[in-house]
Formats: sequence, C-alpha cells, structure tokens
Amino acid sequence: MSALMSREFRLALRAGTGALTGLLFFLAVIAVIPFGVGPDMKLLARIGPAILWIGALLASLLGLDRLFQIDREDGSLDLMVAGQDMVSLCVTVFAKALSHWLVTVLPLVIAAPLLGLIMNMEPLAIGAATLTLLVGTPAITFIGAVGAAVTVALPRGGLLVSVLILPLVIPVLIFGVSATLGAVEDTTPFLAPFQILCALTLFFAVLGTIAAAFSLKSID
Amino acid sequence: MRLVADGLGGTRGGTELFSGISFVLGPRDGMAVTGANGAGKSTLLRILAGLFRQSSGTVSIVEGDGKPVPDALHYLGPLNAMKDQLTAAENLAFWQGFLPSHETAKAMDVEEALDAVRLPHVSDIPFGYLSTGQKRRVAIARLLCVHRPVWLVDEPTSGLDKASEQLFAGLAIDHLAKGGVLVAATHLPLGIDELQTLVIGGQRQSREGLTP
Repeated sequence: MSALMSREFRLALRAGTGALTGLLFFLAVIAVIPFGVGPDMKLLARIGPAILWIGALLASLLGLDRLFQIDREDGSLDLMVAGQDMVSLCVTVFAKALSHWLVTVLPLVIAAPLLGLIMNMEPLAIGAATLTLLVGTPAITFIGAVGAAVTVALPRGGLLVSVLILPLVIPVLIFGVSATLGAVEDTTPFLAPFQILCALTLFFAVLGTIAAAFSLKSID
Repeated sequence: MRLVADGLGGTRGGTELFSGISFVLGPRDGMAVTGANGAGKSTLLRILAGLFRQSSGTVSIVEGDGKPVPDALHYLGPLNAMKDQLTAAENLAFWQGFLPSHETAKAMDVEEALDAVRLPHVSDIPFGYLSTGQKRRVAIARLLCVHRPVWLVDEPTSGLDKASEQLFAGLAIDHLAKGGVLVAATHLPLGIDELQTLVIGGQRQSREGLTP
C-alpha cells in the first residue's frame, strides 16, 4: 500500500498527469460567481457555503474517470488485479482512492478558505465550510471509485462516471451544506448533519472500495 | 510446484476460440503457445493469469500436496505496465515494493535487474524517453526484480533487436534452469531449445514434444 501511494504522489508531482486540473476548475467557478450574481454582499454570504460545496463537488468529479483508466492503458491494472485475492485488491483500490483524494481533492479543501473570502463569508462560515469539505469530500471520491471502476474499459467514460455517481453524491452535498449552515445559523442544528456526513464518508470508504474491487475483478 | 490446466476453453466476444486445452507444467518446463493471429494465444495467457474467465475447465498452481501456491505468477502482457513520467528505476522499485515476491531472497535488486537486461545507464531516465526496445527490456527486468516461479509472457520479444532477443532467451533459460515455469505466447521462435509447443488454431489443438 505504501509503495502504491508513494508512486501516486510522485506521479502527481510530475508534469502531464493533470492533478491540478480540479483545483483550477474550482478557482474558476468560485471566481466567476460574484461577477454573475452581482455586488449583493449579503446574498453572496448567504449562498457562499452552497457555492463552495457545489464547486468542490464538481471539481472533484473531474478526473475521477482517470482513477483506474491510466493504469489500464499502460497495463499496470492487469498486474494489480492478476493473482490478487479480494482482500489485497480492496487494499489496492483503497490506496488508489485515498491517494487520489489527497492529491486532487485535499488541495480544494485547502483553497476553500481563500475562496470563502471571495464569497464574502464570515470566518465562522468559512471554518465550517472547510471542515465539512474535509470530512465530506472523501465520500465523493470513494463513490467515484465505483463509477471509475465500472467504466474503466470505456475510452471516453468521463461524463458517464459523473452521471452514474451524481445521484449517490447528492446526499453528501445536502448534509455538507446543511451542516455548514447549521454552524452559522442558530435555528438549524450543526451536529446531526455533520455526524451523518462523517457516517457517509466512513460507509462509502468501505462499500465503495469493495464494490470497485469487485468491478475491477470482473473486467473481461 | 506445478501449473495445471484442465480442459480449458476460452471465448472472446461470444466466439469460442479454443476448448479442451489440458497440460501440466512442472519445474524446468517451458511451453510456447503458437497459432495464427486471432487464434487465442493472448486469451489463453490471460486466462492462465486469472485476468479473463475461462468458459470451461480449471487452471491452478499447486504444490505437490495439492495446496495452492500464492504469489507464483508473473504476467508480462503486450503492454509494459510502466509509467512514462517515472524513471526506469522508480518504475521497477514500485513493482518490487507492490508485488510480493514468492521467495524474496531470489529477487534481484533494481540495479542488478537493469544490469541483467544490459540497461544500467537508463535507470535515471524517465521511462517515456526510452526507445521501444529499451522499454520492453525494462519490462523484462520486472520479471527479475520480483521473484515468481511461473512466467506468463505474451510476445516477450516484440520490439527487441536480435541481441536483445538472445538476451531474453538467456534469461528465460536461466529461469527454467532454476526450477521455473515458462509459458510464452509467440509466433516468433524464441531460441529456447527446451520448449514444448502448444498450437492453437481454430478448433484443432495439437501438442508436440519439441519445437522444430
């Protein structure tokens, strides 16, 4: 697992792997929102958490289709699957998904406070949005791993992955945004949606990994 | 340790390519799988490697007492399974760390393996900059830096020059001499005398003792 993760990190640092595409997309989306919405500072602050979450969600969908495809194209995936039992294949899938999250989605979480300023959000709202993104976005990656594994044999599966997994990531978005709003507003709770968000991540870290491993095993 | 195939059948895209292929390969046994394009050589190899499901029959790698052997298989497919952005040594070091060796003591270091394919000078060059033949030789070095007794190689010498073909033959003979098993899908003679031949073609399979 450590060998695989260190390879993924190394690849992300080398040119031509597109690891930062998601971050640039996230920056672009958030930067144009104030121009589109207009200079209504209160409105921006109110929709800020939702916009940050939607931007991060769409940005983390970008590049998900490449999760296993790059390894299939050069033949590496064969070696990762051949002769492996289910447990070690699950470990491989988990390591790949986790390093994908660390390399492409964690930068989004780190950039979120800065982009929160663009949206005129209060410090508390910025903190809450960043925290919910930190615990919620791994669920998106693990759900996405299933979509990536199912479509690994399709050469242009990018859009299909997004369409396949979108219904499954909607709950993550709902609870992420409602937890963020709960931290800011007095009338709505914070802890309950936040705990559900944590549960979603833990649940899909297990189920997504196993489902993706089974899907990779049955490529024919 | 034996590689046992019993009544193997393979289909691709709904068409049956072969059926009823049975063989037992023990230590020091090598087999060349030959046949026309599309006869099913690569399919048979992928079935042996567990990458495709067979339509009938069984395949297993077992000890003398019938226990399955873990981490026994090397698969060298038509693709090299290396990342262009990483150097040759980094690629090999990754596979060495990722794939468990059957007997770690028998695995070579990355440097030794690159020496063995006569490419010690490319270890720090990104894999993408190497020539086709050099890439293939680095992929062959993977078979050496992770020790596994059964080699399944699909057109191992594609892209190699004459000298490198002989180099691969030498490595394969060495592997057999140390008690390894080799199954090679190829339509070129590999220059290894000890190989049995399995011809796949249409519905007819024949098996001869020695290569001509």
